[in-house]
Amino acid sequence: MNANVMINWTDVGAAIEVAPQSARRVETVMGAIAVFRTVADEYYAVFDKCPHKGGPLSEGIVHGRAIACPLHNWSISLESGEALGADAGKGCTPTVPLKIADGRILLGLNF
Amino acid sequence: MTTQKERIVIIGAGMAGGRIVEEILKRDDTRFEISIIGAEPCATYDRIQLSPVLAGEKTFDQIVTHSQDWYDSNGVKTHFGYWVQSIETAAKHVVLHDGQTIAYDKLILATGSDPIRLPLPGSDLHGVVAFRDLLDVDLMTQAANNGGEAVVIGGGLLGLEAAYGLAKRGMKSTVIHLVDVLMERQLDEAAGRLLEKALLDRGVISVLNAQSEAILGETHVEGLKLKDGRVIPASLLVMAVGIHPHVEPAKSSGLVVERGIVVDDQMRTSDPNIFAIGECAQHRGQCYGLVAPIWDMCRTLADVLTEKNVDSSYAGTQMATRLKVSGVDLYSAGRFSGGEGCEDIVFRDPGRGVYKRIVIKDDKLVGTVLFGEAADGGWYFDLMKKGEDIAPIRDTLIFGQAVTNALAGQDPSDAIAAWPDDTEVCGCNGVSKGQVVASIASGNDTLDKVRGHCKASASCGSCTGIVESLLKCTLGDSFKAQTGPKPVCKCTEHGHAHVRKAIIEQELKTLPDVMQALKWTTPDGCSSCRPALNYYLLCAWPREYKDDPRSRFVNERNHANIQKDGTYSVVPRMWGGLTSAKELRAIADVVDKFNVPMVKVTGGQRLDLFGVKKEDLPAVWADLNAAGMVSGHAYAKALRTVKTCVGSEWCRFGTQDSTGLGVKLEQATWGSYMPHKFKMAVSGCPRNCAEATIKDFGVVCVDSGYELHVGGNAGIHLRGTDLLAKVATEQEALEWGKAFVQLYREDAWYLERTAPWIERVGLQFVKDRLAEPEMRAALVARFLESQAVYQVDPWAEHAPKSEPAKVFSPLADLREGFTQPEPAE
Repeated sequence: MNANVMINWTDVGAAIEVAPQSARRVETVMGAIAVFRTVADEYYAVFDKCPHKGGPLSEGIVHGRAIACPLHNWSISLESGEALGADAGKGCTPTVPLKIADGRILLGLNF
Repeated sequence: MTTQKERIVIIGAGMAGGRIVEEILKRDDTRFEISIIGAEPCATYDRIQLSPVLAGEKTFDQIVTHSQDWYDSNGVKTHFGYWVQSIETAAKHVVLHDGQTIAYDKLILATGSDPIRLPLPGSDLHGVVAFRDLLDVDLMTQAANNGGEAVVIGGGLLGLEAAYGLAKRGMKSTVIHLVDVLMERQLDEAAGRLLEKALLDRGVISVLNAQSEAILGETHVEGLKLKDGRVIPASLLVMAVGIHPHVEPAKSSGLVVERGIVVDDQMRTSDPNIFAIGECAQHRGQCYGLVAPIWDMCRTLADVLTEKNVDSSYAGTQMATRLKVSGVDLYSAGRFSGGEGCEDIVFRDPGRGVYKRIVIKDDKLVGTVLFGEAADGGWYFDLMKKGEDIAPIRDTLIFGQAVTNALAGQDPSDAIAAWPDDTEVCGCNGVSKGQVVASIASGNDTLDKVRGHCKASASCGSCTGIVESLLKCTLGDSFKAQTGPKPVCKCTEHGHAHVRKAIIEQELKTLPDVMQALKWTTPDGCSSCRPALNYYLLCAWPREYKDDPRSRFVNERNHANIQKDGTYSVVPRMWGGLTSAKELRAIADVVDKFNVPMVKVTGGQRLDLFGVKKEDLPAVWADLNAAGMVSGHAYAKALRTVKTCVGSEWCRFGTQDSTGLGVKLEQATWGSYMPHKFKMAVSGCPRNCAEATIKDFGVVCVDSGYELHVGGNAGIHLRGTDLLAKVATEQEALEWGKAFVQLYREDAWYLERTAPWIERVGLQFVKDRLAEPEMRAALVARFLESQAVYQVDPWAEHAPKSEPAKVFSPLADLREGFTQPEPAE
């Protein structure tokens, strides 16, 4: 995302609605976004689509700062959206800016 | 200004590219600034190991030789996913496809080779592939997942490995070969016939003397037409007819190129600042297509560049070939076809499928072909390379090294210890005995450490036994204790057995406890170890441990089977395959109410509702629950179905009430989680209509009682059951069934089905534990203890609007007018 563009922060729910090591889906006109919470209570958002075969990343196993896609076990970085490990360099899922404010999850959507 | 380091640029990040970096750094790790350019978007992997990856015997991770991390930590600049447009030799820089230039002082070409594509009509159809890189393997694996027929053109080493890999992945696999002997460049006719048979046993059909005429199909390949008119159906066609050196961009840059890029004995091309190594190079008129010459070339070039050994020169490589098809031991080296002055010594044992032939000229070994027993290949190859006088051992030579040494008065177990230091141990990576021993002596005291350090046994693995012998004789008795089993995953060094034992002995009862106590290297494991640990914990401590859905795969978390479009399939349980009008009506109503696009009868005698949306799952389950149906666990590593025939109640051949026993077995065992899926069946007579002899636990009823069969599997590797016992009463059949399930739950590794488990522990292990009444009763008691907790319907626990069902809906839906969610309480 270009930092010069004004980010439109959208409240999508309470931070506690996403349990540690899990994900929730947010439906948008641009497709679903997956909101993740790691074991260390870090939050990330990426489009809910594996770069490999479009698998729903929100249904994978969250480990460290990565998600294992439920369809074919690609590992995707929650920080960069890049495929990791053996599949590194083979694809990337767009990330979405996210911040937590007053216990709410805000996504930076400019559409 | 600081002095600029000499810049070495390498084009090609394959096996030669990776190895030359390593060889240079080994000699001098400060002098150069090294950059490497690779067209494949990944780091360096061992290309010869693509065959085991295709066959599913190895993963890609296991064949990476130089990772991105490795390059980074050695200060090597990488440009992966880039290809070189041109080399400007006057300006001394290369131009990448995106226009950027990289300057060099010394340039190394390691561009490898390309597969030859036959110019047949139809060769541009979908489903026509070569077998060269990871992308090809991916394409082939995907094709194999759809089943069907594979045709491989080319019965050489690569073609046969491809055909075997595809057969192993479940395809009907045929090899088309132009002449009448497979691998005719390495094998004589007798060995070729044995190979043909061995491949047939592994599901690969050979069509010899066959010339391809055209590839048939509209958009996708449908078959191969031969010159003689035969048509062989194919949904995948692999061309494995050979390779030619990849000579661009060397050729258009004005370097001297014949078949390959011409180099001298120092690997120098016609431009003194440019070198070429590997399959793209042509040395003394010869281009190589195997790995051993690459290592020799890399050693010479690294000597030359670092000036550590300026006299180093490459004199060509003698080559040996080993076929990487599991269970087929085949080795060939040197000249086997004989010729003037050559003598043959042949050993044949058709019963055991063993054939050995050695070719001798002037009391020297000049060639060998070994089939069925190839352990002595390295020894013969060594005698050959050294040109040793074999006259004194000629009478025992064909029986191999152990016999020869024993008759010469040496202890056969000392044979390896007595090898000279320069004897080659690992042909794949060119590692000598002396290097292995030095590696062990420097502190690498396990097989894995030796593999990581000097690469011996790190490729095809056929020298593993020799490396282990060297570990044994170098370290003495301390060796055995140090060899560990395969780790659960990359987060730990411990194997499954150790982890299970530690959970019980150290009373570890939570995931963080296990990871802490066993020194996991990651904060919260990975998608391989978490589901395994979750299972081990719930099996060991059914009452105390709380199942962790976040350590379960999607299907077990959502209690339905995810499909490729992200929808789910739902299978309600039908006890023993029985259903009723009420159940069928309820299912029909669900199909109408939720617009379920497809209903299919499963192989396990139930109905599968496909295309259910995730957010509808709780409501679908509620409707099925209301009609008395529960989850069929068709998605879980758990008891799946109990298939039955109608038995004595209806069938004129039935000997016992097979349907009734099936229902009882299913009611006793449903809901129990296991290391892997678990299927049962009960047949009412030996005609076996319920196919009980390919199930994990199968009962075949006979007049005098019940035969209990275990360890069957109808998957990729068909395995018939082993007969566990015969019992007289239904009561005993049920008791043995429960005890067997519990033994499997407690002893097998996660994701190990009963078939490989029984092959690992042996049938006798299972018999010993179940035949002993006390042990059997204890197993049943532990099973019932677990069932008291786990025999609950997960669907009922996710009733609509309940807390667990909440996560089945999106957190927010912004699709219509940016609806803001209600603030939480």
